[in-house]
Amino acid sequence: MSAEDMQRATWRMAHEIIERNHGLDDVVLVGLQTGGVPLAGRLAGALHQIEGINVPVGCVDVAFYRDDIGLRPVLPEAVTDIPVELTGRSVVLVDDVLFTGRTIRAALDALTDHGRARQVQLAVMIDRGHRELPIRPDFVGKNLPTRRDEAVDVHEDGVDLGEMVK
Amino acid sequence: MTRPAPASHRHGALRNLLGIADLGPDIAAGIAEVMRLTDSFVEVSERAIPKVPALRGRTVVSLFFEDSTRTRLSFETAAKRLSADTMNFSVSTSSVKKGESLRDTIETIEAMGVDAIVVRHASAGVPRQIAHWASSAVINAGDGWHEHPTQALLDCYTIRQHLGELSGRHITIVGDIKHSRVARSNIAAFTALGADVTVVAPPTLLPPSLEGWPVKVAHDLDAVLPGTDVCYLLRMQRERMTEALIPSLREYTARYGLTEERADRLAEHALIMHPGPMNRGVEIAADVAERPNAVIVDQVRNGVAVRMAVLFLLLGSGTEWGGEPDA
Repeated sequence: MSAEDMQRATWRMAHEIIERNHGLDDVVLVGLQTGGVPLAGRLAGALHQIEGINVPVGCVDVAFYRDDIGLRPVLPEAVTDIPVELTGRSVVLVDDVLFTGRTIRAALDALTDHGRARQVQLAVMIDRGHRELPIRPDFVGKNLPTRRDEAVDVHEDGVDLGEMVK
Repeated sequence: MTRPAPASHRHGALRNLLGIADLGPDIAAGIAEVMRLTDSFVEVSERAIPKVPALRGRTVVSLFFEDSTRTRLSFETAAKRLSADTMNFSVSTSSVKKGESLRDTIETIEAMGVDAIVVRHASAGVPRQIAHWASSAVINAGDGWHEHPTQALLDCYTIRQHLGELSGRHITIVGDIKHSRVARSNIAAFTALGADVTVVAPPTLLPPSLEGWPVKVAHDLDAVLPGTDVCYLLRMQRERMTEALIPSLREYTARYGLTEERADRLAEHALIMHPGPMNRGVEIAADVAERPNAVIVDQVRNGVAVRMAVLFLLLGSGTEWGGEPDA
């Protein structure tokens, strides 16, 4: 996936978010640390160009909500920043890669501590499969079939598939 | 995506926090890692529900052989905000009174399945001895005149919050240096971060030798105050004043107390700090503690977040370093 492909996908996802929510009233974007944060910023930029509205953008770090604390090293990457009360809002969680779904499970718990959202939707650039929990995305940049041991790297210039460094 | 391992983990996970040196081999990097994690816990503490499930199912026991209110409550609050279970062991109501040895006490506590032991004791070295016996993580919450590492970490965090990085800052520590574990841990932490530390005390309240201490010594507080960025006052520990080390508390206040007149000599940005509990009217004038640049309440508030960071580093951040979490 090239940088242009990613930009087109971002643009399409922005349109889908507007369509699904019948506009952008009460919509909040929340990017997951770290990969989801730049994508949330780009989605907010696209939403602004389309509708002329600045939606609030937050970021959440799910380290303290993970289910593998103590099993593997877990440390937060950055401070969580939710700029608005989420109660009654439509939250769009944004991440770069959807894999097992465990990070999203943790993120849902984290969001609950910031209020009772009216609904939570999920936007990801890459859905690589191998889910371990009943979680599915609402907005997908690209479905990318992978082996479990492959690594997916989403960066500014596109998406790369490589071998997981053991 | 790949982040370098924090200093405390480069040579295996942080097992215990007995003194500032445990954050090494690069102490400055270790403190920076604790500060970074503390930022996250400050955010948690500011929420409507200041609690995360990070340490669910873990048990933290506080084992205090010496009186303390703020440190014990601070650790207890920190553990509860991480969803850990807490147990309280107070010596006055325990079998220690019946003559149980320290080792038997530790074995009993460990048999109940605890993950961390927070220890305060009047004798230096007791936490280290407990760490030698125990398989759970041991945190020193103050041992004799030796160390009080979480106090130093919360002081570093409070200074950084108000003044930015500590490097190049002039920090003056005033009072009973000799009997102060707070001074020892703070000198280790402040100087590791590149601050310039001056200790001010009557000669009788300085240790017999300051050789090897990376500090300057002064006896005239008025002379050093104008160039000071942080004026850190130690408590006059009346319970340790069995020897006649100063003529009287009034004379101490006259020469070393932060009176209104002395506080006026401080630069506008300079912070006034105190580890508490304060003897108002002795080492600090009653109204000076209420000035806007007195950050004593911030120290207490940050103490909870710093202790959450320490507990999470010891109990939650994993046993090995190197893996990336699942996406």
